[in-house]
Amino acid sequence: MRLPRANAWGAAQACASALLAGFLLVPVAALVLTLRWAEFRDGLRNPLLLPALRLSLFTTSSSLFLVVVLGSLLAWRIARNPGRASRWMETITQLPAVIPPAVAGVGLLLAFGRRGLFGGWLAAHGIAPAFTTPAVVMAEAFVSAPFFVQAAIAAFRRVDENLLVVARTLGASPFRTFLRVGLPLAAPGLVAGGAMSWARSLGEFGATLLFAGNLTGRTQTLPLAVYTAMESDLRAAQALALVMVAVAFALLFVLRRMAPGGVLPAAEARGA
Amino acid sequence: MGRLLRCIALVVALSPPARAAGPRELVVFAASSLREAFEGLGARFEREHPGTKLTLALAGSQDLRTQIEHGAPADVFAAADWTHMRALVTAGLAGPPRTFARNEPVLVVPRDNPAGLRSLGDLPRAKRIVIGAPEVPIGAYTLRILDAASRRYGTGFRSSVEARVVSRELNVRQVLSKVSLGEADAAVVYRTDARSAGQAVEIISIPPELNVVAEYPVAVVQRTNQPALAREFVDLLLSPQGQEALVQAGFQPGKTE
Amino acid sequence: MLEVRVARRIGTLDLAIDLSLDRETVLVAGPNGSGKSTLLRLLLGVLRPDAGRIAVDGTVLFEERRLAYVPQDYALFPHLDVLGNAMFGLSGLDRRERVRRATAWLDRLGAGHLLRRSPSALSGGERQRVALARALVRTPRALLLDEPFASLDPIARHKLRASLSGWLREWRLPALIVSHDPADAVLADRVAVVERGRIVQQGTLDELRGAPASDFVAGLSGTVQAMPERAP
Repeated sequence: MRLPRANAWGAAQACASALLAGFLLVPVAALVLTLRWAEFRDGLRNPLLLPALRLSLFTTSSSLFLVVVLGSLLAWRIARNPGRASRWMETITQLPAVIPPAVAGVGLLLAFGRRGLFGGWLAAHGIAPAFTTPAVVMAEAFVSAPFFVQAAIAAFRRVDENLLVVARTLGASPFRTFLRVGLPLAAPGLVAGGAMSWARSLGEFGATLLFAGNLTGRTQTLPLAVYTAMESDLRAAQALALVMVAVAFALLFVLRRMAPGGVLPAAEARGA
Repeated sequence: MGRLLRCIALVVALSPPARAAGPRELVVFAASSLREAFEGLGARFEREHPGTKLTLALAGSQDLRTQIEHGAPADVFAAADWTHMRALVTAGLAGPPRTFARNEPVLVVPRDNPAGLRSLGDLPRAKRIVIGAPEVPIGAYTLRILDAASRRYGTGFRSSVEARVVSRELNVRQVLSKVSLGEADAAVVYRTDARSAGQAVEIISIPPELNVVAEYPVAVVQRTNQPALAREFVDLLLSPQGQEALVQAGFQPGKTE
Repeated sequence: MLEVRVARRIGTLDLAIDLSLDRETVLVAGPNGSGKSTLLRLLLGVLRPDAGRIAVDGTVLFEERRLAYVPQDYALFPHLDVLGNAMFGLSGLDRRERVRRATAWLDRLGAGHLLRRSPSALSGGERQRVALARALVRTPRALLLDEPFASLDPIARHKLRASLSGWLREWRLPALIVSHDPADAVLADRVAVVERGRIVQQGTLDELRGAPASDFVAGLSGTVQAMPERAP
């Protein structure tokens, strides 16, 4: 006969699991189950889909490229140079993750918009970033950078310092040490961080809407297209949403192959 | 290194086409209620001006105005009320405006009318009401209608209606979709929007003496790269053919001086 | 020739070392906290001295270090195989030459049969050989070994100590071995005992045994008799 306490504990776990997992699953299931195949096919023909898909792919690739290249160098610096400056920089890179996206959008507008801090200077040089495709890249890079940089810092920190010292004694320049020892050993963590960053920028909405606007073909990313489609054609919005869910699932699948320890940086398995 | 080059090639291949050698583009910022009418007129404009691509940005007039103030690349601005147009004209951002259409706010309920409303006076019986936010033209019109109604149905009318408002949306189509989805018992939208929702909603007319007339002004945006093309689009709106198309969509003609 | 004349304060340690090695092996021994690892880090450039200089064959060391270093856990690059590790220090040569030189050194140290293996698949002794080969392939001017046998079992330790002893005599490089194991003294021409940041005694093991300058030296060299009382 089981102890009553053990039973209650098991039951509590089962309940909590069912509740939360169910809650997370149901909206996604609803998206799939309430759409008939014919409606899905029709929704796919919506003129908003192709431009939005193309734009999202282009902007998220661009922002990922920027974030990875610049972020790797920044993360390396922070990871290998502990000190006050590094601690400050690390905090700064975490900021966008805690700022609501809409606030980020307003901030970007106030910084780079026509009436913004740099607006006058930029305009004098013929540059008006707001409401353009580069604005989308800027918004996406802003909100997604912390996800990569945090993972990269953690991954670089885990690299055994002895390996780097040895590399230097073997005649490698600081750059070569980074490129040939630091990067390869941190690679799994960097890839996982990059994937999370890309997912975040793919789903970015609030900052994009405010800073880049919502113009088909120029600034209307997939999330904005879903939002816009909802005003005229719910089924089309649903079809677009399902396309995004499919992309998300594909991403998750790829991630699990590359970073078996889990998708979030804290769960990273130790590098070989 | 090879992998890096291949990635760069992929990104370049996916990039949107260069604009320099492409068709001429006209960007029209229009209030959400103009969706169907302007889609039709836009297609017509493209046919009459071969080599021109018309891009339509639809949102609440207040959002479009803010974007133009912040430098968004619009060539033509068509608003659902004069408040936002006047603001742009005063700031020197839009050229001389003309009224090109009129519209009539109506009460809409979901197809099965769960709250059983039959007239504007029944509105406080609805459990969930959705209207436009005050800065949205339809929202401002709604508040004026409620004030007028309070003079007939009693001073508490507006507040009892507002007590049942569960959301103030940022453009009229968002208001409409709440009703067509059955999420709201009642809402105030334009007659043209109600028409576009077809069977999903039922229209309850608002007594003319309590109603307002929505006036839609259009103007060329000052910073446009296509001033001639923009003026031709405005001309199309004001032309007999344009007015005919708007009337077909459910609008009333704008009075030309 | 390796000349070390450095001073550095770090934490509660006040280090001041003056040591020269001319084609000989010196064992640096000392208790925990004596400054052995601080000395190593100064030599490697991981730590900057407050004053003094380190010179190899007359060239003062800054960023360019011609010191070969084998850390305590050998620090083989886990993402490269044995050959890749050995070749790492060679650059500016074409690939075939790099492979040839690396393979030659691996052969010389008895690791030539391990070329394609991954470091994680090697035993402690094998890793030591690969680490040594990797260091020596650059024809360094001096050698630094940190606790070379600490992570080996006694049999491997004995075998490797014998091999290393032979190699050191053969190469005649200035070599600094940091260790707390007195048995390692057999590798060295001289032993320098460091306590509280200072060299308290230098000499052969016999010399140390004959006149130990401290309890630690006595314990290290195996002196049994009690220390004479010293004036404070």
